Amino acid sequence: MLSVLDIQDLHVSYGSREAALRPALTAVNVGLLPGEILGVLGESGSGKSTLASAIVELLPSNGQIIKGAVHFEGKDLLQLGSEELRRIRGARISLIFQEPSLALHPTLRAGEQVRQVLAAHTSADRRSLRERTRQIFATLFPEEVDRVLQSYPHQLSGGQRQRVLIAQAIACGPSVIIADEPTASLDPTTQMEILGVFRALREKLNIAMIFITHNPALLVDFADRVLVLYAGRVMEVGPTATVLTSPRHPYTKALLDSIPPGVEETANGRKKKFSAIAGDSSFSALPRQGCCFEPRCSQRMPLCKEREPAVVNLSESHAVSCFKYES
Amino acid sequence: MNPEPSTNDGCMQPLIQVENLVKRYAKRSLSGQREEKLALDGVTFSVSPGTTLAVVGESGSGKSTLALCLACLERATSGSIWLNGENIVQLSEEERRKVRPQIQLIFQDPASSLNPRWNALEIVTEPFVLQGKWKREEMVQRAHSLLEQVSLSPEFYTRLPLELSGGQRQRLAIARALALEPKLLILDEALSALDCSVQGQIGNLLLELQSSLGMTYIFITHNLAMAAHLADTVAVMNRGRIVDLGPSETVWKHSECHTTRQLLAATPGLKRSLPTGLER
Repeated sequence: MLSVLDIQDLHVSYGSREAALRPALTAVNVGLLPGEILGVLGESGSGKSTLASAIVELLPSNGQIIKGAVHFEGKDLLQLGSEELRRIRGARISLIFQEPSLALHPTLRAGEQVRQVLAAHTSADRRSLRERTRQIFATLFPEEVDRVLQSYPHQLSGGQRQRVLIAQAIACGPSVIIADEPTASLDPTTQMEILGVFRALREKLNIAMIFITHNPALLVDFADRVLVLYAGRVMEVGPTATVLTSPRHPYTKALLDSIPPGVEETANGRKKKFSAIAGDSSFSALPRQGCCFEPRCSQRMPLCKEREPAVVNLSESHAVSCFKYES
Repeated sequence: MNPEPSTNDGCMQPLIQVENLVKRYAKRSLSGQREEKLALDGVTFSVSPGTTLAVVGESGSGKSTLALCLACLERATSGSIWLNGENIVQLSEEERRKVRPQIQLIFQDPASSLNPRWNALEIVTEPFVLQGKWKREEMVQRAHSLLEQVSLSPEFYTRLPLELSGGQRQRLAIARALALEPKLLILDEALSALDCSVQGQIGNLLLELQSSLGMTYIFITHNLAMAAHLADTVAVMNRGRIVDLGPSETVWKHSECHTTRQLLAATPGLKRSLPTGLER
């Protein structure tokens, strides 16, 4: 199947005039199939949000795309002019951010905020805009369409606000949604509810999704594939079940081990030490020779210090960057 | 006045005992009417020394209000909190100031609870300065040993909070909290803002401190897996009430409380819902 979005050899750096450029993403390659949910797993500083904003060129002003290509609907997004990009953003590719209270306008009613998205991208008359807005709200708030349409963001709960953001995102019928930690600020129960909404959208509208998170547990039963980022590099990519049950990269293994398992298991082994990864990742994106995870890796070999590991394809869909699997 | 706290027969004397704690906030609605919000509605529990109580619940259930009342930062409307035979709800401001060092709070985001213009050493020395009981050299010496205790190496002593990583900042916050040898540490979502790989490190540090210093923790979180890992007893809160309370294992495995079951069902567990086909 042909991918809807294809990221090729993407390199992004941050820098100011005085300081040298600091790489944030290095050689990221990944394709997104129609209707597929790709989970991007990474800790803070791993470059996961940089990836989200680089795809639609919304990097902060000190961010630079050094090289690479993002193919979408036959065009390279990184080569487009700002007007062409504006037409794609929000319409063909939409974004959902972590904090719904910051992403919504505080003094506009929820309905109006979705209507404006439609108005920006279509040339329909006022009546059909209003009707279309209502339809979108009807799919997301089947029980209280009118109340939510008329509500200001502060009158809505966190979960409802996140649904309004989703309404904005799906308003123009995009083929790709990029969601950057969309559930991080929500309660566990609301979190599950929102994941359910995403799942239903995928089934109904066949929207492909890049779902960025730091919590691997959210991806279980949700994402089709997982991409693990560390220090701006792809460590491992493969089907969710494979990556989360039998991770091959030492980083993925250590990361999954450091999370306490479900409540049922821990109740027996209470107050055991956590298997934490020594050191921390905050300075690991600095340029260095060799593998970026080497300083924290428990399975390091002399080779790891010398050069960067290449991508090894373990199977058709599962790839790892680690010398352990190089032949 | 208040009756003496009821002691559980023959068991270890609890470190802190909370009875029927109520906290009301007055607020004004948009139309100008006076409204009252019951943030804590008759909370009762006790914590034995050297153990961990996990308080779980959704946001708005009153967890953080409970933390503020226990730390003497908010005054409860009614009810009692017994610490060392004193009901700290009834104490005067002056007396409460003496109680505060015994109960320390650690917040979710250390970046906003540490002075951004002070370096690590100054931050940890501050509690000693405020107490004014020690000489300069002695204070520095104590600060050094605290930082050592939380495994912050000397190269970081002169760094500002923003020059530290999230995990190091939380270590620093823990060091500062330990400075005045508190009996009780309240951790309000202290691990939630950290990366998964660092959560484990800080969790281990807390466990080590508990076994070496006999610390007592109240661990407020909505991460049930973390609560299950660290806690001896669990209190589940909903709308200002404790709806479920008991030993960790009993609560997770046999609770029939609706709120508990709901929270458990909403917890995404890695191992719990692996595609064995049984779960879904």
